[in-house]
Amino acid sequence: MSNLDIFREEVRAWLAENCPPSMRTPMGNDEDVVWGGRKAKYENPEARLWLDRMGAKGWTAPTWPKEYGGGGLTKEEAAVLGQELGRIDARPALASFGLWMLGPVLLEYGTEEQKKEHLPPIVRGEIRWCQGYSEPGAGSDLAGLQTRAVLEGEDYVINGQKVWTSYADKADAIFCLVRTDTSTKHEGISFLLIDMDQPGVTTKPIKLISGNSPFCETFLDDARTPARNLIGRLNGGWEIAKKLLQHERTNISAGGFGAGGRAAALEELAKEYLGTDRGEIADAVKRDQVVRHKMLERAFAQTLKRMSAETKAGEVSPASSIIKYVAAEMNKDRMELLVEIMGLQALGWSGDYFSKQGLATTRAMLRSKANSIEGGTTEVNLNVIAKRVLGLRDHQ
Amino acid sequence: MGLVLDEEQTILKDSAKAFFADQAPVTAFRKLRDEKDETGFSRELWRAMAEMGWAGIVIPEAYGGLEYGFQGLALVLEEQGRTLAASPLVSTVLLGAGTLMEAGSEAQKSALLPKIAEGSLLLTVAIDEGHHFNPAQTAFEAKSDSDGFILTGEKTFVLDGHVADKIIVLARTSGNKGDREGLTLFLVEGTAEGLTRERLKMLDSRNAALLMFDQVKVTGDAVIGAIGGGYDALESVLDRAAIGLAAEMLGSASAVFEMTLDYLKERRQFGQLIGSFQSLQHRAADMFTQLELSKSIVMTAATALDESSNEISSLASLAKAFVGETSNKVTREGIQMHGGIGMTDEHDVGLYLKRSRVAEHTFGSAAYHRDRYARLNDY
Ligand SMILES: Cc1cc2nc3c(=O)[nH]c(=O)nc-3n(C[C@H](O)[C@H](O)[C@H](O)COP(=O)(O)OP(=O)(O)OC[C@H]3O[C@@H](n4cnc5c(N)ncnc54)[C@H](O)[C@@H]3O)c2cc1C
Repeated sequence: MSNLDIFREEVRAWLAENCPPSMRTPMGNDEDVVWGGRKAKYENPEARLWLDRMGAKGWTAPTWPKEYGGGGLTKEEAAVLGQELGRIDARPALASFGLWMLGPVLLEYGTEEQKKEHLPPIVRGEIRWCQGYSEPGAGSDLAGLQTRAVLEGEDYVINGQKVWTSYADKADAIFCLVRTDTSTKHEGISFLLIDMDQPGVTTKPIKLISGNSPFCETFLDDARTPARNLIGRLNGGWEIAKKLLQHERTNISAGGFGAGGRAAALEELAKEYLGTDRGEIADAVKRDQVVRHKMLERAFAQTLKRMSAETKAGEVSPASSIIKYVAAEMNKDRMELLVEIMGLQALGWSGDYFSKQGLATTRAMLRSKANSIEGGTTEVNLNVIAKRVLGLRDHQ
Repeated sequence: MGLVLDEEQTILKDSAKAFFADQAPVTAFRKLRDEKDETGFSRELWRAMAEMGWAGIVIPEAYGGLEYGFQGLALVLEEQGRTLAASPLVSTVLLGAGTLMEAGSEAQKSALLPKIAEGSLLLTVAIDEGHHFNPAQTAFEAKSDSDGFILTGEKTFVLDGHVADKIIVLARTSGNKGDREGLTLFLVEGTAEGLTRERLKMLDSRNAALLMFDQVKVTGDAVIGAIGGGYDALESVLDRAAIGLAAEMLGSASAVFEMTLDYLKERRQFGQLIGSFQSLQHRAADMFTQLELSKSIVMTAATALDESSNEISSLASLAKAFVGETSNKVTREGIQMHGGIGMTDEHDVGLYLKRSRVAEHTFGSAAYHRDRYARLNDY
């Protein structure tokens, strides 16, 4: 037996013993997602148990080094772990911006002390992080951010406002881009960690046109953080931010904005709502529109595959803008088409008259409008393609 | 009006604009929505609109109206659309009074039109039965019995259906689903025994209702127009409704365009106004162009109504399809050009998008009307 096979046996045995039965059932809704943190409430004690066990093994962050609480697994071993978790339909033990975003940054830019302090609690889901990037005045032009951090003795004192901070109202701490030098733009930004459990930090939820949302406005009024929470170089935050953004762009688009996977297929809904003629979508015009969409989806899927094969692991290229742009526009068009197909059923806001699917479609159509705004607007992505990929220049 | 407003029309347009800005700004609509007002519009506003003469603007003087015509109504609707003002103008005047004027008996007209004109009677027409607008597909049955007719079935998406004093119902008295013949219009009391009304909570927070008829009895006097001839009568009414709604959508889309244009001149990123980016400039110019085309169509169609042109049906479909598409595009662009703030419930642009999607669907989508246009013109 190869080492990997032995490892697989061990994993299988461990999971058999340690993954609680209810954690092997599909998640019912968003409430079932475990985000951890100081304020976490566990409706189901087994969710807590599962997190604690996985966290103790370091398997919530399988490839992070053991000394920082991670699993210390090789890429191959991590893949085996993933397969075995999948085999028993195990729920993710932990969803976390700490795991997805802050962790990789700390591993690359953090000092030994910073890694030791912050990574283990992320692995164990003890601290829930949120991301403080956008500001009311700094969206597309993120580097124009104005939230100011000034060193006063041992602490940075922070003043300003962040917006679109996901789950800020539920998070314990925020990793933030702040301005530490006002005399220059990109070179005056730093990456700072701030505990949110202090009077200087307040949050206010943002309601979207589609209804409630996880997003918040976050206000920083004389918030303080010890100077040791500066990550990377002073005024070196932009490099970190750029890297994170590209990861984010690729990640959100690869998920197809929820269009693929479990979402009901367009052609099936068209048949259901428009009727069929010898098994085909009865309305010839809509049928053509559905086909156009299906073809685009196929082209997108193949492009996604091709690009991930072409880019080296861990690297991201401006091509991520192509992915983000297409995924966003495709999903928006899909939702508009779906609303047309479903007619009145997808024009309701609430109430029993409308089917669950109808109401979900209405809300999803509204929510999809942000796909071409969040994580970099379509215009910004097209600018990136035009300038960085195609080498076209602004007229001077 | 033709293609240029005359002096009187300009005055009407300006006073309607000032009226809605003052008495029914978007904040008023937002309040109705947030307070989950069950009536769905302000009766006080409707009274004020009636005082302006707008409830009777197309009703002949002989029946207490202004007899000012559809061009005037289109102007008022456009301005109503601009602030998203909710009123029974479409249900009561375009549909209700429209049907009576088209097919009502002398007795029906003299009993009801004056009340509509003075704003004391709310009327609507119940047509839809499925997910999509298609009156010929009506299956809702009216069975004749010794005293008149018995109505049983469901009507949905009935504009102002839960508050209307009277409802005109399109029902089948003969033939089969899909036949244009065999449909008849019936006037039913809102409080009729056997009628259950439920307000639908729509995306645009406007009024639409589900009406359930369980053996609702009406007498022979309740028939509007000829038995079996309801479709033809209704088709003319729906042409007017399509044109009226196009006018309202034009107003709403113009408002979205204007707020977006203002934002392009105000929002700064990268040290400059976002309106200085050529990619946005071209799209703003394109939207403006679309709106100019839409305006010409609405004016042409409304004028055709007053001139009883033989092209009304074509122009109605043209207006509903073209302006619907423009409105869809402008509301999409409106959000996109506002960036994140456009996605928030706090901002008005989302309210316009929601209203637009419902209005686009009402009385037939753009696709429905393109198809109808093709049939009318033998393409
Ligand atoms: C639902 C949602 C979720 C979000 N989630 C997050 C998050 O998790 N974290 C986070 O930090 N931020 C998040 N954001 C914020 C998002 O990144 C910004 O909204 C986005 O970058 C656009 O910025 P803005 O809203 O300030 O719009 P602006 O930058 O003001 O843009 C307004 C319009 O101008 C256009 N524009 C701007 N610059 C140019 C140019 N150079 N050329 C052509 N057109 C231009 C834009 O494309 C847009 O159409 C989220 C936003 C939304 C709506």
